[in-house]
Amino acid sequence: MLALDKTNFNSEVLEADGWVLVDFWSPKCEPCKELKPHVEKLGEKYGEQMKFCGLDITKARRVAIGQKVMGLPVVAFYLGGEKKAELTGEITPEAVEAKINELLS
Amino acid sequence: MSTKIYDVAIIGGGPGGLTAALYASRSKLATVILEKGQAGGQLATTEEIENWPGTIHSTGPELSAKMLEHAQKFGAESIREDVIGIEADGFIKTIKGRNGEYKAKSIIVSTGAEPRILGIPGEREFRGKGVSYCATCDADFYEELDVVVLGNGDAAVEEAMYLTKFAETVTVVVIHEEGKVDATPVVAERAFKNKNIKWIWNSTISEIGGDGIVEWVKVKNINTGEVTDMATNGVFVFVGTVPRTKIFEGVLEMDDRGYLIVDPQTMASNKDGVYVVGDCRQKYLRQVVTAAGDGATAATVAEKYIHEEENFAEDVLEVDVPVLVAFWSPTSEASMKSMPAIEGAIEQLGDSVKLVKIDTYRNQRISNRYNITSIPTVVLFNKGQAIDTVKAAEISTDNLVSKAKALL
Repeated sequence: MLALDKTNFNSEVLEADGWVLVDFWSPKCEPCKELKPHVEKLGEKYGEQMKFCGLDITKARRVAIGQKVMGLPVVAFYLGGEKKAELTGEITPEAVEAKINELLS
Repeated sequence: MSTKIYDVAIIGGGPGGLTAALYASRSKLATVILEKGQAGGQLATTEEIENWPGTIHSTGPELSAKMLEHAQKFGAESIREDVIGIEADGFIKTIKGRNGEYKAKSIIVSTGAEPRILGIPGEREFRGKGVSYCATCDADFYEELDVVVLGNGDAAVEEAMYLTKFAETVTVVVIHEEGKVDATPVVAERAFKNKNIKWIWNSTISEIGGDGIVEWVKVKNINTGEVTDMATNGVFVFVGTVPRTKIFEGVLEMDDRGYLIVDPQTMASNKDGVYVVGDCRQKYLRQVVTAAGDGATAATVAEKYIHEEENFAEDVLEVDVPVLVAFWSPTSEASMKSMPAIEGAIEQLGDSVKLVKIDTYRNQRISNRYNITSIPTVVLFNKGQAIDTVKAAEISTDNLVSKAKALL
């Protein structure tokens, strides 16, 4: 999974052509750390059709707020730099996979 | 998939589960902790811990990591697994997870609790957009911004103090009259002295709104009914917790709020060999220290359960000859008196029949399983089956000998 920060968020997400998944997380967020390995695993399965990225918000707080993310965890899906879908609250690995399938179909 | 049979499988790695794991593994029981995320549970998302005896101050993540290390030191295994159900009938039980299935002789449920969702307009919609239930997760977003905390228990007041380290202003909305909070007095006093916390009394939040992210809340005075708009960047909701027990519906007994019901002395649930500890059970005080106490009790009771069941299987169910099982108690005069008649029968029958005595006071579970309502009672077993029950009045050497001979 590609690690994002404030220097590469624009080029890797907002200026990218295809589907991009962004996992917003923080080292202080236990539910995020719970979810992250599952998202990484999905990255191995769907990596060809979607670019998988993670953003540690402690390193890019303003970038996250700019994306209207004000709480964790959030998994957002972008196409051609535009946010198309977003998961918040209690996010299960199944919900992430279901959303990926829905968006790719 | 592993076919290993554990002695103790612990579902949930919070303080209750980790203490159970420590006690079980230290008693040389094969122990596994099934935890879907990080060890520590709610403790791991608590910033300050100052009421764990012997540790003047610690952080939640620090104490969680130490508890896990302590359990692992004595051999407890820890597996990342999200449990979705259990099958708890019989001695060997099955725990179903998203990644696999596990077998264990006993199960300790320590799934804990999670923050309660209030259900006001905007609350769900703005989750991840300014509505939060976890200050340690989200505090970083609010540097130089304004936040509102709803609630007034220990969690609400402690997290409000934590948030003052990040946010420009922290306003706590309290439903009680001025000066009254549900938090422990020592916590409340500290918060009242904190100049960075503002208080709104007699009030609740009736709606959360904004354009994409939280921008305002409606604060409702419960006495006057008056509703005031208040600008804010975030809302932290701490209005109690709900137990994480959905996966046990229809299997374990629970109250109408979902808290699992156990015998408060032994942590035993309605299923033999299944114990429940910590915040997910019906109890008076939900704290790290009480969860740990529950865990120690459950592990000890689980150990006794395993030994009793294995002994009973070995001595009674798996033997080739008929077995007379005498349910008795040394404290009951009637059962003391009947012993010579029972011993006499065994003397006549010799090696063709075996005698096993079960103290009904010490082993109520097996007594209940065979519906022993009075003592002394003798139950005749053959090839693992209870064939005949002989109550006190019918216990005599001759009667027992003739009944046993009929089985030979």
